Amino acid sequence: MTRSVTALLSLVLLLFALASCGGSSSSNGGTVTLNWWAYNEPSGSFREAADRCTRESHGRYRIAFNALGNDADTQRQSLVRRLAAKDASIDLMSMDVVWTGEFAEAGWIRPWPASFARQVRKGTLAGPLATATYQGKLYAAPANSNTQLLWYRKDLIKNPPKTWDAMIDQAAKLKKAGRVEIQGAAYEGTMVWFNALVTSAGGRILDGPTKVGGNKQALRTAARIMSKLAGSKAADPSLKNQKEDQNRLAFETGQAAFQVNYPFIYPSAKANNPKLFKEIGWAPYPGVEPGKPAKAPIGGFNWGVSSYTAHPQEAFAAATCLRDPTNQRAFAIKGGLPPTLSSLYDDKAFKKDYPFAGLVRRQLEHAGVRPVTPLYADVSLAVYTTVSPPGNIDLKSVVKKLTERIGDALKSKGLL
Amino acid sequence: MARAAKKPLTDRARAERKLGLLLCAPAGIVMLAVTAYPIANAIYLSLLRSDLRFPGQREFIGLDNYVTVLSSSLWWKDVLHTVILTLASVSLELVLGMLLALVMHRALFARGLLRTAALIPYGIVTVVAAFAWRLAWSGSEGGFVPKVLGLSTDPLTQTSTTYLVAILAEVWKTTPFMALLLLAGLALVPDELHEAAKVDGATAWQRFRRITLPLMKPAILVALLFRTLDAFRIFDSVYVISNNGVNRPLESVSVLGYNTLLNRLNLGLGSAVSVLIFVFVIFIAALFVKGLGTSLDEQTGAGK
Repeated sequence: MTRSVTALLSLVLLLFALASCGGSSSSNGGTVTLNWWAYNEPSGSFREAADRCTRESHGRYRIAFNALGNDADTQRQSLVRRLAAKDASIDLMSMDVVWTGEFAEAGWIRPWPASFARQVRKGTLAGPLATATYQGKLYAAPANSNTQLLWYRKDLIKNPPKTWDAMIDQAAKLKKAGRVEIQGAAYEGTMVWFNALVTSAGGRILDGPTKVGGNKQALRTAARIMSKLAGSKAADPSLKNQKEDQNRLAFETGQAAFQVNYPFIYPSAKANNPKLFKEIGWAPYPGVEPGKPAKAPIGGFNWGVSSYTAHPQEAFAAATCLRDPTNQRAFAIKGGLPPTLSSLYDDKAFKKDYPFAGLVRRQLEHAGVRPVTPLYADVSLAVYTTVSPPGNIDLKSVVKKLTERIGDALKSKGLL
Repeated sequence: MARAAKKPLTDRARAERKLGLLLCAPAGIVMLAVTAYPIANAIYLSLLRSDLRFPGQREFIGLDNYVTVLSSSLWWKDVLHTVILTLASVSLELVLGMLLALVMHRALFARGLLRTAALIPYGIVTVVAAFAWRLAWSGSEGGFVPKVLGLSTDPLTQTSTTYLVAILAEVWKTTPFMALLLLAGLALVPDELHEAAKVDGATAWQRFRRITLPLMKPAILVALLFRTLDAFRIFDSVYVISNNGVNRPLESVSVLGYNTLLNRLNLGLGSAVSVLIFVFVIFIAALFVKGLGTSLDEQTGAGK
């Protein structure tokens, strides 16, 4: 009896030992393993950056790549549920630019120490740097930026439109491929669209971190444009379910003359539909009023260091390496993700593969930043559940509804 | 037995009882740890303002969270969605499950094979099954169903067809479970009764209605109980088929709880939603158990 109990106990202990082997940061022979949780960038450039930095650390650390989901909402969910539980198995993470306020306020990420921060600030564009800063402190390293351009088919469109209204009218008149591809599902992408429309119309969703924007006319204009597209022939029938990747697919299969999307669609079209690729043209993000340039969306990823890592020094060093010029160039050329380092936009080799570099940098200088608030997730949820599906927007009540819901979200009360 | 317990226990009986308790203790502790503690904790959290993003602002606010949830139109909308999904899928499952059970019961050959084959959908992980249904029906993701049916619109963008897909996925997946429970009930119906009825000239339909169904009532109620409770808490298939909760008209109460807890990290509000789902589930269970009690009494002739 005693012997079998002992045997059972040792079996249990053995299982525990085995289970903990698979776990968090473990060091062996002086090499620290850093778990990097990041968006699984489809071209594989993030994974390759991890391998390159591991090699170049000469045995100081090894970066283990852990893939997060494909859209920003699922990535955030995976990270926050671990961070809220103080999970030590995250050392580094890729953070969407809008998470900085929330993660910093909750104490999940470490502010960057002065020496590393100096390195990060050097040569980095001001826009992306602002997305990584909260209350004056640098909380993350901008790794890539992003902005949406207006992509169009040169074989169908001679003069790309300058405003949303013009684009919708132009598309609706086309005999074939008369669609405008844009994100309309109830998720972050629709918040991006709405924010760009509001800021282009001269308003803001929030005035400061805790106050609903005062310019109601801008909210009304933004809702009107969304509703106009949804009600026109130019809308994709699945607009209310569409995310960036469905837009890319619809455009690549020749269903649309216009697509408002990030530059990742460019290398993707090159690989998937070389014939159509030759006809792809690009233009600035459409504006709201004629003669007034748009405030284009700004997106991208920053690298953050978890508050619960056991190896902060190695993690900061690794994060710095993961955004160095070589890696950023690879993100841009392979994955179509615009760099945050100003000098790369002047690089001849880069410009050759990234012919819209100048336009991207110009847009990033005048981007319409999404609201900076620790309650960003709630605010965004309040907005996109109100304006998606765009076809259901009631123009009479939408502004009142938005103001109420955003107000509730800012007090973190009410169901959304 | 009852009388024996009142007598002073012998040493031997006491030792045996102690051993019995000791042997049960691990199971009891595990049950407490994995069910009682989380439930109690959820109830406690639902009385707090507790948001993981503001760890410093935790305070006791009484029933405020319940007031918020119960006065929210979103909650009642989602309750309605859940009730539609539950009623539609459980009633379809009952009919199909009964047919399947009758077939399995009457099968003359390959009984084991038939029963195993019928159980396969139930053995598939819900998320995988839900993805299979979503990918088959989604127009934008290249599913084959819209092409075969010649649909011009994507079925997963229309509310009514999205419901249809979610219900079909649920029915496809859990009908075997229903059938298995009903099969056990069918086995309880004695053949003699059927033969006697046949002699009296009863048709097959009369025999089914007057003999099989009444005798199976407890089994049917148990099957309905399990399935209704399951269906009311529906999460996986709805979450996947609604494209990670993006398609709001399909949102069930569990998805709402998930969003509040895991997306907004609002533990107080989310726990209130979870506790309310729990209360609904207990209410449904109580209704069924009451029905079950009466039907058992009818059968044994005990009455109330």
